[in-house]
Amino acid sequence: MKSTIRILAAAFTLCAASRASAALHVVATTPEYGAIASVIGGDKVVVTNLAKATEDPHFVDAKPSHIVTLNRADVLIEGGADLEAGWLPPLLDGARNPKIAVGAPGHIRANEQIQLMDVPATLDRSQGDVHAAGNPHFMMDPVNAKIVAAHIAKVFCSLDAASCPAYTANVQAFTAKLDGKISDWTAALAPFKGTPIVTYHPTWKYFAARFGLVSDLYLEPKPGIPPSPPHLADVMKKMNDEKIRVVLVEPFQSRKTAEAVADRTGAAVVDVCQFPGGLPGTANDYIALMDADVKAIIAGFTAKK
Amino acid sequence: MKALVLIALVASSLAVHAEETPPPMTIVSGNAGKNYLNISLDALIDVGASTEPNVPELETGGHDPAQRGFTLQNLELVFDGAVDPYFKGQANIVLQITPEGGTTIELEEAFVATTSIPHNLQIKAGQYLTAFGRINQQHPHSWDFVDQPLVTGLMFGGDGLRNVGAQMSWLMPTGVYSEFIVGVQNANGETATSFGYFPGESQFGRLILADVVKSLGDMLYVPRWTGSFDIGDNQTMVVGASGAFGPNGTGPGAKTEIGGVDLLWKWKSPRADKGFPFVKIQAEWLLRNYDAAATVTLPAAVFQDQGGYAQVVWGIKPMWTTGLRLEYVNGDVGDDPLDPRFQPRQRVSLDGTWYPTEYSKLRLQYSYDQRTGGFADANSIWLQFEFLLGAHAAHKF
Repeated sequence: MKSTIRILAAAFTLCAASRASAALHVVATTPEYGAIASVIGGDKVVVTNLAKATEDPHFVDAKPSHIVTLNRADVLIEGGADLEAGWLPPLLDGARNPKIAVGAPGHIRANEQIQLMDVPATLDRSQGDVHAAGNPHFMMDPVNAKIVAAHIAKVFCSLDAASCPAYTANVQAFTAKLDGKISDWTAALAPFKGTPIVTYHPTWKYFAARFGLVSDLYLEPKPGIPPSPPHLADVMKKMNDEKIRVVLVEPFQSRKTAEAVADRTGAAVVDVCQFPGGLPGTANDYIALMDADVKAIIAGFTAKK
Repeated sequence: MKALVLIALVASSLAVHAEETPPPMTIVSGNAGKNYLNISLDALIDVGASTEPNVPELETGGHDPAQRGFTLQNLELVFDGAVDPYFKGQANIVLQITPEGGTTIELEEAFVATTSIPHNLQIKAGQYLTAFGRINQQHPHSWDFVDQPLVTGLMFGGDGLRNVGAQMSWLMPTGVYSEFIVGVQNANGETATSFGYFPGESQFGRLILADVVKSLGDMLYVPRWTGSFDIGDNQTMVVGASGAFGPNGTGPGAKTEIGGVDLLWKWKSPRADKGFPFVKIQAEWLLRNYDAAATVTLPAAVFQDQGGYAQVVWGIKPMWTTGLRLEYVNGDVGDDPLDPRFQPRQRVSLDGTWYPTEYSKLRLQYSYDQRTGGFADANSIWLQFEFLLGAHAAHKF
């Protein structure tokens, strides 16, 4: 018995020691936060994402292994606009980690300094899955990504002052690179100003607003409600009337539905993703992801049908 | 003039006061995390028929279909929120309409849990569903079938094992998920049928005598261990072992021991849309040793029985699932060969569920019961409808 206790105590000490000396353990709910945290943290952080890039971020399983991950985390980055409301609360309850509890310095809500769109005046589920805080897909606007990157760097600095100069340099480099890319993307999309796009869910509204596109037609009749034949008929009529040429679809959304709509309207199906790793060559790289998304959308606009 | 100044002063102080007073609390449904109190209402209603006219003889659960025709199985009000920086609280109040038309109310759960004690510990106290196996800890609306497993009814009665008590859980500092829970609860009452139960009832044909709880040694002790690991990126396994040890009401010194093992395996597509498609297998097996005391007419006896279920649920495409459940219980009829609860039986159930959204569902279930002890086999078909208003509590795995 005594020896068991001694072994346990030794194990504890080892765990504590290895954790104290090691880098900041950062957990991101979705991979775009993880990608940005990796760039800012460099070799001073170890990043784990909970959601896969290819799965619907509204419905992630609250797996026990995520509880273990969160139990050891120093920093948690979540979107904060209810996107994770269906699975993060029981994980946080189970994790028993005061460092990342709601309100703790290590708990980053990415939406905190962001102006959200679609904030509902009333909460009414007859209107579908409306998020109380507003549309949570704000990271599709790269200007918002700069704000979030600065927020993450500030928190890293407060928790690990010794590495603050590295974090500051990294976030400055990231922001400068992103600024350059935003100019490129803006220029590339400028010829398509005012062009409407069809998407599955209101995921691309921030992107459209930033680059002058129009996103107000969705395959879902209401947010979170699966496409119905009468609604799709309306969408196709509008697409034909307004000559809408692209249907955006993400890895977890039904490509079959998007293809059926595109076939009947002469539009192109464009594979896009909100999350780094969801498209080839974009793993853990927010800028590469946005680059791939912009290129895919332009290819869709210019496709000959 | 003086009066005017006075009025102005009073008015201005009132105005200041009004600004300082926080606005009255408004409960906005669905706005979870932005209120002091989240509130929701969940209703489960079923309609159906069975070849067995006495449906409660067939269905062992207090929230199962209770008769041919309609049953309001469960109308559950849930209140939850953070008490303060140290505790969170939850209460589940369940209303039902009996076959006689009356309305009953029961306090299913009402507990506080710590949120910030160190060393990976968590303490929960109050009235709560005992941490034994998987089904026993779930409320009826999160079950994958219309009714509770037969083994739950056999060992824990119509309302599952729950009582007032306290438990401590420890998340072990290991690389894989490993959690140990120890609970102490009262051993008597309707929600501890294998234990104290209450005077006037009977178990294994033996009359339950007066109050069994004389000391702390006469409480219900419930240890549980849960482990979980992922197999690759898309599969998760959860295994558990539980025990429940306490006195039973057949006489002084009489004890009951229940042991159980449980398993959950889930595969989910890496491109899951709304969490679909998935396949989930869940199984539990329970064993009971009921050590009955001697009575004036009957000698002391040990009754042993066991049972379990295995079910598979396939989430075919977004919002559609189908499930198959196989069950077996080898109840020991003890000293009352006519008690329908304790007859050995098998049941197979097949269901299909459509979720219009996460807030409603429509489920059709067919069950075939193979009974013994002179009870006829039965075919049953039930259609169940659920709706939820208010804050949707996130699902535990």
